[in-house]
Amino acid sequence: MTAYIEIRWHGRAQQGVVTAAKVLGEACLRLGKYVQAFPEFGPERMGAPVRAFNRISSEPIRLHCQVTEPKYVLIADSTLIGTALSKGIESSGSVTEGATEDAVFIVNTPKSPDEMRSELGLKGKKAHVYTVDASKISLETIARLMPNTPLLGALAKATDVITLDALVENFKENYSKKFSPKVVEGNIAAMNRGFQEVKGE
Amino acid sequence: MAVTMVKKQAGLTGNSAVAYAMKQINPDVCAAYPITPSTQIMEDFSSYVADGKVDTELITAESEHSAMSACIGASAAGARVMTATSSQGLALMWEMLYIASGLRLPIVLANVNRALSAPINIHCDHSDSMGARDSGWIQIYSETVQEAYDNLFQAVRIAESEKVLLPVMVCLDGFITSHAIENISLLEDAEVSQFVGGYKAQHPMLDTDNPVTYGAMTLPDSYIIFKHQQSEAIGRAKDVVVEVGKEFGNRFGREYGLMEKYRLDDADVAIVILSSAAGTTKVAVDELRAKGKKVGLLRPRLFRPFPFKEIADALKSIKAVACLDRVDSFSGFGSPLFNEIRSTLYEFEKRPKVINKIFGLGGRDYKVKDAVGVFEELLKIAETGKVETLIKYITL
Repeated sequence: MTAYIEIRWHGRAQQGVVTAAKVLGEACLRLGKYVQAFPEFGPERMGAPVRAFNRISSEPIRLHCQVTEPKYVLIADSTLIGTALSKGIESSGSVTEGATEDAVFIVNTPKSPDEMRSELGLKGKKAHVYTVDASKISLETIARLMPNTPLLGALAKATDVITLDALVENFKENYSKKFSPKVVEGNIAAMNRGFQEVKGE
Repeated sequence: MAVTMVKKQAGLTGNSAVAYAMKQINPDVCAAYPITPSTQIMEDFSSYVADGKVDTELITAESEHSAMSACIGASAAGARVMTATSSQGLALMWEMLYIASGLRLPIVLANVNRALSAPINIHCDHSDSMGARDSGWIQIYSETVQEAYDNLFQAVRIAESEKVLLPVMVCLDGFITSHAIENISLLEDAEVSQFVGGYKAQHPMLDTDNPVTYGAMTLPDSYIIFKHQQSEAIGRAKDVVVEVGKEFGNRFGREYGLMEKYRLDDADVAIVILSSAAGTTKVAVDELRAKGKKVGLLRPRLFRPFPFKEIADALKSIKAVACLDRVDSFSGFGSPLFNEIRSTLYEFEKRPKVINKIFGLGGRDYKVKDAVGVFEELLKIAETGKVETLIKYITL
């Protein structure tokens, strides 16, 4: 079990967390890793809470259950913090649920890591908190509210899960056919700015 | 959909992998009606059709009943035919499933397993395909994205084998496999076409020089003879599954058989489980083995025809076995795997205790700790010889 890196993404439908997990998985695969990237779908409507997961390993991955004890938690929408929707239904727990003691949280917010630490209820805990204004970055680079892409850049800076180069190379190679050059450039700029602007404590 | 490969490794969802396999098989006809969670198979495949990557005639039917009806017509006409569905879609195909197998039509269907309504649910369990287990279709269950992809090519060969001539259903778990990106090693198009070969129907309806009738009225003088032949044919499919799995292994390095045994040979207790949940169970096996507990796993790959002899041989020396069914057949006496396996072990004087767990309905997560819990109960049964509860829901 310890051989796996486990990541959980939180967002709302249309914010791109499922795509972010996909793009991260592809970038890790390019580095020769075994990967899983999978979403958790609930009622399919805009704004509904959505979670997505990654497992990354040097060994083939056999687990086919949800990620319940993530080391890395990325939160694309800070309004999800403090909400444990439909209490009692396991799929809608709070963003901190099950996270490892030394977990890394990366939150899309203009606030400081210290403020977010309080909001996440992690005062005095070992967990690491990073923040990045991914919404603002995405509006300025992609001209759409797509906090997923800057969050990927922030992940590359705050952790050793992936490098910025690997993210950018993967994006250029896999998405140049799908998107216009302008969109590809915008996304790469968003990753770069997420990398540069993420703040730790 | 563009597929990017690195050193022949790609990252694909189960659905995209199935669609890619269909593209490589390039069937003559595909008739389908989309339904979650198999929709993306047809989305991807219809792009291949629109982009001219395949020669397939795509029939977008108005329902699954019509989709299967069109598959049957096309197959009887002599075409190689494929389709995909899930859940209520398979249920709506119901009466046509029996026509396909009764007419001995080698149609290949990818079934992305999903719960049946009511209440409505889009997530994984095996209620859909297990309900169709007596429809005369061969059923193969896939653990991973790779396996779902590999199974599709083998399904074509098995279905079209002269010894068989029956439809094949390749099952993969909804969302867990269909929507998860995993590493997958893809075959070259030329390798696929060499392996599946061309298809020439033996008695196509469109061969007007040699007119044939399909599905004629049969009265008590002959119906049972057709059914007896069909029964013999599905029995023969077992050996063909083994032959085709071996040939696939020789060519591509990934061999498949009737079942997978994981650390089973010297095990005291074992879990029998299908599809993706087997992977999670293997992790539990390794954890308990590291603590010196002799636990193992048997994952049937072929469920219809049920390889009862081989499975009984694999399990007969085990002390206690739990069959984990991702379906409740509401029989009052357990679910399909349990029924089959307990029954098959009846032949032996000394046989394992067999219990049934119903798990994971409607996509409820099945975790390593759930498997560990079952193993611990089995170890206790092995020690005491006493079963407390024969049939029980877990992951509640």
